[in-house]
Amino acid sequence: MKGSVIIVSFFILGALLGYHGFIPEYLIENDLSFYVLCGLMFCVGLSIGNDTKTLKSFRSLNPRFYLLPLATMVGTLAGCALIALVLHDRTIAETMAVGSGFGYYSLSSIFITEYKGAELGTIALLSNIIREIMALLFAPFLVKYFGKLAPISVGGATTMDTTLPIILKFSGKEFLVVSIFHGFILDLSVPFLVTFFCSF
Amino acid sequence: MFIVIAFMILGVVTGYIFRNKKMGNISKIITVIIWVLLFLLGVEVGTNPEIIAGLGTIGVEALIITIAAVLGSAIMALLLWRYIKKSKK
Repeated sequence: MKGSVIIVSFFILGALLGYHGFIPEYLIENDLSFYVLCGLMFCVGLSIGNDTKTLKSFRSLNPRFYLLPLATMVGTLAGCALIALVLHDRTIAETMAVGSGFGYYSLSSIFITEYKGAELGTIALLSNIIREIMALLFAPFLVKYFGKLAPISVGGATTMDTTLPIILKFSGKEFLVVSIFHGFILDLSVPFLVTFFCSF
Repeated sequence: MFIVIAFMILGVVTGYIFRNKKMGNISKIITVIIWVLLFLLGVEVGTNPEIIAGLGTIGVEALIITIAAVLGSAIMALLLWRYIKKSKK
């Protein structure tokens, strides 16, 4: 939670400095963020490829639970596609790109800003922060009405770190490997799906 | 557009090649880069009067999209949960 507050503070700080004109033009009018993003993705890749321990733990998982990341993707994207019919300002591809963040607000908002501009990027930032907060706050409610897998599904890409303690508390400790596996797959899927939906 | 993903794949391969070497600092580097990028996103928002004027609408849109995404995933999780419980019996 502390990490999230710091990240959001940087966004707000940037917005305030930008709004009051404290930022020199050359910082805005170039592709700096694109190169930094490439560097970030290289580091994200490094941390995945380097971590063979996590990969090995997935072997102990009941194969039926392999379906959970897929269920999360299908459910999220179907919900986002349907809601686009109500939101007249947004296309289906746009709402699906926002939904493809799966709570990974830092990465998804950065990607969407790069591809579709800061407005949709900000929607992605807010939406995916709200998703993480909902997963944290509504976990007991979700277990009661939607079963023990629902907090994991709603937690999206965050279920291997920020929302993991809450999931273990309300769904049960036996969901540790499922939760980490789910978060791992969704984490990986974010750059692919966001890029895919931004290409329309 | 796919250049960014190519960088990630390159990272995965490099990370795997050096899997016996500990990379303790990598998560710190990732955190700092994310700070920088979100700061830059903030700057872009702050210098764009149209987005500032529409912040209320943007917030409501974000909330609506999230509720749809959360409900959709919860329903799919419920279906999968029932399927898993049924096949265990």
